[in-house]
Amino acid sequence: MAVLSAEQTMLKDAADGWVREYAPVSAFRKMRDAGQAQNPACYQDMADMGWTGILIPEEYGGSDFGLTAMTLVMEELGRQLVVSPLFSTALLGATIIANMADARQKMAWLPAIADGSLRVCLAVDEGAHHDIRHTALTATQTDDGFVLNGTKTHVVDGMQAELILVLARSDGTPGTADGLSLFAVQGKHIQRKPLGVLDRRDYAEMTFDGVKVAPDALIGPLNQAGPRLEQALDIARIGLAAEMLGLSQQAFDTTLEYLKSRKQFDTVLAQFQAIQHRMADLFCQIELVRSVVEHAARSVDGDAPDRTEVAIMAKSMANDLANLMTRQMVQLHGGIGMTDLHDAGLYLKRARALEALFGNTAWQNERFANLHGY
Amino acid sequence: MNIQDAPALSGFRATVRSWLAYNFPPSLAGRSEEMALIQPLYPEGEDWAAWKTAMADKGWGVPTWPKELGGGGLTKAEARVLAEEMAQIGAYSPIGGMAQNMFGPTLLEFGTEEQKKRHIPPVARGEIRWCQGYSEPGAGSDLASLQTRAEDKGDHYLVNGQKIWTSGSVHAHWCFCLVRTDRSKKHEGISFLLIDMASPGIEVRPLLLMSGNSTFGEVFFTDVKVPKENLVGGLTEGWTIAKRLMQHERSGIGARKQTHGEMRPVDVVAKEYVGRDSEGRIADYDLRSRITRHKMWERAHRLTVERVAEESKAGPSTATSVLKNAGSIMLQTRGELLLEIMGMKGLGWYGEGYSETELETLRVTLQNKAHSIYGGTYEIQNNIIAKRILGMQDHQ
Repeated sequence: MAVLSAEQTMLKDAADGWVREYAPVSAFRKMRDAGQAQNPACYQDMADMGWTGILIPEEYGGSDFGLTAMTLVMEELGRQLVVSPLFSTALLGATIIANMADARQKMAWLPAIADGSLRVCLAVDEGAHHDIRHTALTATQTDDGFVLNGTKTHVVDGMQAELILVLARSDGTPGTADGLSLFAVQGKHIQRKPLGVLDRRDYAEMTFDGVKVAPDALIGPLNQAGPRLEQALDIARIGLAAEMLGLSQQAFDTTLEYLKSRKQFDTVLAQFQAIQHRMADLFCQIELVRSVVEHAARSVDGDAPDRTEVAIMAKSMANDLANLMTRQMVQLHGGIGMTDLHDAGLYLKRARALEALFGNTAWQNERFANLHGY
Repeated sequence: MNIQDAPALSGFRATVRSWLAYNFPPSLAGRSEEMALIQPLYPEGEDWAAWKTAMADKGWGVPTWPKELGGGGLTKAEARVLAEEMAQIGAYSPIGGMAQNMFGPTLLEFGTEEQKKRHIPPVARGEIRWCQGYSEPGAGSDLASLQTRAEDKGDHYLVNGQKIWTSGSVHAHWCFCLVRTDRSKKHEGISFLLIDMASPGIEVRPLLLMSGNSTFGEVFFTDVKVPKENLVGGLTEGWTIAKRLMQHERSGIGARKQTHGEMRPVDVVAKEYVGRDSEGRIADYDLRSRITRHKMWERAHRLTVERVAEESKAGPSTATSVLKNAGSIMLQTRGELLLEIMGMKGLGWYGEGYSETELETLRVTLQNKAHSIYGGTYEIQNNIIAKRILGMQDHQ
């Protein structure tokens, strides 16, 4: 754990305490069993504690506390698989709006995000794999604005969001990064249906069937949304990496506790060296990923030149860690780990969803190699 | 790096910068040499000697040690500034090695005032080389089963036995040595003794390694007399001191980088040897993806080294085991990748047809196989993590 400021330590402790008391994994399980993918009361709590304003400048009602602070919260949420629109709204949505929108748009949305009254989502993916260059949903310019046509899939928190940020192709052909534009659309104007994703979060499929938007729905420059959106997505990837770090840490802690209590051959499993060494290897990997995630958040906060590189690394390495740790969690729990009664399955399912979100390991690694020019 | 110092530190930084500009010979820039801790590798020319004297006079070879014992008397923060400024210009300490990294800190913690006054100043000036008498033919990972014994003969100890894998023993002036003073107990029967390598009865034989180097030696002790004042700590405290020293050892090992041969990033080397496709990618896609994973691991390891340094208030911690194992994977993966990348050009053992860099890269890759063995093997580090950090009790 990096050396934190007093304010950061307070935030981390508060998040830890709140998650344990009000949103433990057992609460997520209850929601799942009840078929709920949303928990408005939880989100209001988060807003009351100021988490929704962490990345929002003070003049728009936030605390501008920085990405490091946000990752501390994300890590705690990841530990207990907390379901909330904090990521899509206060991390991703707020970052996109703060970095790309004009003053009028910021004034319309950021204070509402900060006070928890507005939920935002990003409709970006259209196929099996994330890549903004593949965007095919069209934005056609008309005399009085734009018309959107196409479909978006796996939109995180897409059913509950009031404001939808949608990436559209206003020029060029799918496969190229140029010609992309970002629009804000009110949720009531589009058709949405829920997707039954394995981790039971709120995911939506959205159909834009001739949706008309005014010229002022455009966020950022026409045809040139790609680079700045990618930068915002990298910040979001660091947030996801922090969430996966927390998830992996908890999967590790839960497994370790089990190994110390489960007896076979008249002794606890923790006594077996084969298992000790596997846990020691996993511990090392968690420590390495922690270093990367913490550094990545700091690089963004300090606008360091390596910010893109370490954001890629954070997502790639956290993906691999979450994948490996959840597989080991199931394996080391044996039969009980296979049952739905046990949490191991919940951790594994959430991990797989987070791994795919905004680019899996292979995709991040391809970006890394291209960035380094090899 | 964006360096923002507190006012007091920025003044110190300016002082360091101008001192280095005046004292560090540019001819030595970039020749950082971690293997120098084991044996003198370079002909120590005039520039080297002048630089070493300048650093010794300042006490900056061991910047945080007390001034009265020849150290620099700097705070940790000041020492970091010194290291940063030296790195900026490719300067490195000509005073560094096992004595400075491992033995010195341990003696400062456990030694008597007299022992410190006698042994620390020459170490601070880099005048005396020390070697580590730990492993024995029958005591490797199970170090505490060591059998070299020291008998109490009234006014001295009489030492008999054999050490092996003793780094730098061929060039060492002194040896810090673990000896058995009580055969009825295992760990509690071990003592920590300082032995003058010029003592009658000591024989050193170099060991030739697969790399063709012989950085290690075997040391034979036959009726070696050691004055009683050379015992560090109490008779039963040897193991405690030994473990502390090993933590210092591992924290140094864990941060180690490759220092010889091909020093460029692996992707740059691969583009040269393997070639590129029409879009500029390394032509071998499987290799390319393994290079990516290695580069990420390398960076993550380095970030962890920095994080541990920032977090640890003082002295080494159990995180050193994590660093050592992550460092072994990093170094050994890098070496094997380089050999694979260089292909047949990487197979040269000697002679013409190979560049100096290619020859050195092979040797250093073989040398680095030791990284997961010395200072406690990869498996021993995992035992330590499981036991001391994870609380998984002793294995059966």
